[in-house]
Amino acid sequence: MNQPSAFLWKENIPGGCHWSGIVRRGVTLRLVDVTGGANAAVLFFNQEEKLERYNMADTLKTQHTFRLTKGHACHSDMGRIFCCITEDTSGWNDTVCGMSDAELIRLKYGIGRYQELRNEMFRSGLDGMLIELGKWGLGMRDVVSNINFFSKVTANSSGELEFHAGNSKAGDHVDLSFEMDTLMVLSAAPHPLDPAETYHPGAVSLAAFATPPAAITECMRIAENVRGLQNTQRLYTCGGAA
Amino acid sequence: MSAQNLVESTLNSNLAVVDEICAAGEPWVKVVKKDQVFRIVDLEGNQAVDTLFYNANDALERYSATDTIRRQNKLYLTAGSRLYSNFGNIMLTIVVDTCGRHDTVGGACAAESNTVRYALEKYPMHSCRDNFLHALAHDPICEHLGMSKRDIPSNINFFMNVPVSEEGGLDFADGVSAPGKYVEMQAEMDVVVLISNCPQLNNPCNAYNPTPIRLLIWDDPNNMTFD
Repeated sequence: MNQPSAFLWKENIPGGCHWSGIVRRGVTLRLVDVTGGANAAVLFFNQEEKLERYNMADTLKTQHTFRLTKGHACHSDMGRIFCCITEDTSGWNDTVCGMSDAELIRLKYGIGRYQELRNEMFRSGLDGMLIELGKWGLGMRDVVSNINFFSKVTANSSGELEFHAGNSKAGDHVDLSFEMDTLMVLSAAPHPLDPAETYHPGAVSLAAFATPPAAITECMRIAENVRGLQNTQRLYTCGGAA
Repeated sequence: MSAQNLVESTLNSNLAVVDEICAAGEPWVKVVKKDQVFRIVDLEGNQAVDTLFYNANDALERYSATDTIRRQNKLYLTAGSRLYSNFGNIMLTIVVDTCGRHDTVGGACAAESNTVRYALEKYPMHSCRDNFLHALAHDPICEHLGMSKRDIPSNINFFMNVPVSEEGGLDFADGVSAPGKYVEMQAEMDVVVLISNCPQLNNPCNAYNPTPIRLLIWDDPNNMTFD
């Protein structure tokens, strides 16, 4: 359990809303499911070269896993590690279901416009992602398979998916310990397979703290992650005196 | 694996408008027009075929693994599966499949991921992403659409077996394919097909022996005149 002595900053993202920002290496970002049942769709990009981005397949196959949880790392398509998952109290984060889009939100929940609902309007996962990506000169070409933190989706032997409502409870959190200077983009709209019949996505709060010593030890039990971290350290190697 | 009705195709290869061999470890690019039928044949068995599809008029619209998975609530592809774009449109529908299961999450091998998965020294080995980038740099269709690395999303691996367990495990298992198995799909829009005939030698996805594949295209079978 990471025990931060002090938080560097905090941010609240109301359900349905979106956020993006640069998180530096050495910082751990805690994502908290404030009321339970939240979904945080997230993509990562290398802040220096945004063509380098989170890669679902590389993340899953390097660690022989379909779910992400504590002890796993989030890999880029260039053989590096954006961040290690150093805490996860819900135990499962979905990797393959993507995001809700405007059509899905309208068909499932009806029309919820700003004119009537003000900031309670119905936002979709993809639209929030595109707005945040747009702030950094990115767009639809940069939308790749994302992580859905707090959401659990299992596959049976024939590949049929099941969404597990209630996977994440109020206060459940995920700690991401960053090893790269990362552009993180987050959209807190409903998971596309969430069966809830009304539009009430949960809020996600962010809290940043200095990564505690030895926080990533568990992730480094996977040999592939050790090599991914070696590649990452090469990126930040500087000439001259150490 | 669940029981499948592995129905054979009625199409005659003599009537195909495209009938080509893609050698082991090479890329292949072609346009498949709306209503045309596209077949990939695993000639020697257990050959992973890393495949991407793009709207032939605008590469911004492309095959989307997440849309394909979540819209059908299904992780694997077989006959009846629709291949969705990132705009939620059906690009192609799989109409015949004698293999029974194709992968959506294993992605493409790359020099960089090989260093992570196997050893830092594996960097020089040939890979699917090198094939994709080679095609983007040389193929006039890709050049015309202005495609770059930004346009390479999660791909399909035809004939590849990546079983996921209910507990969340994932493995690259020995293939379920065999010599002569094939998958056939009908285009619902004009699409560009971008293939890397996978050169991976470090895991069983190609049975440690990459082999050639055969690619065929037929005009709309409903408008064809038979003898």
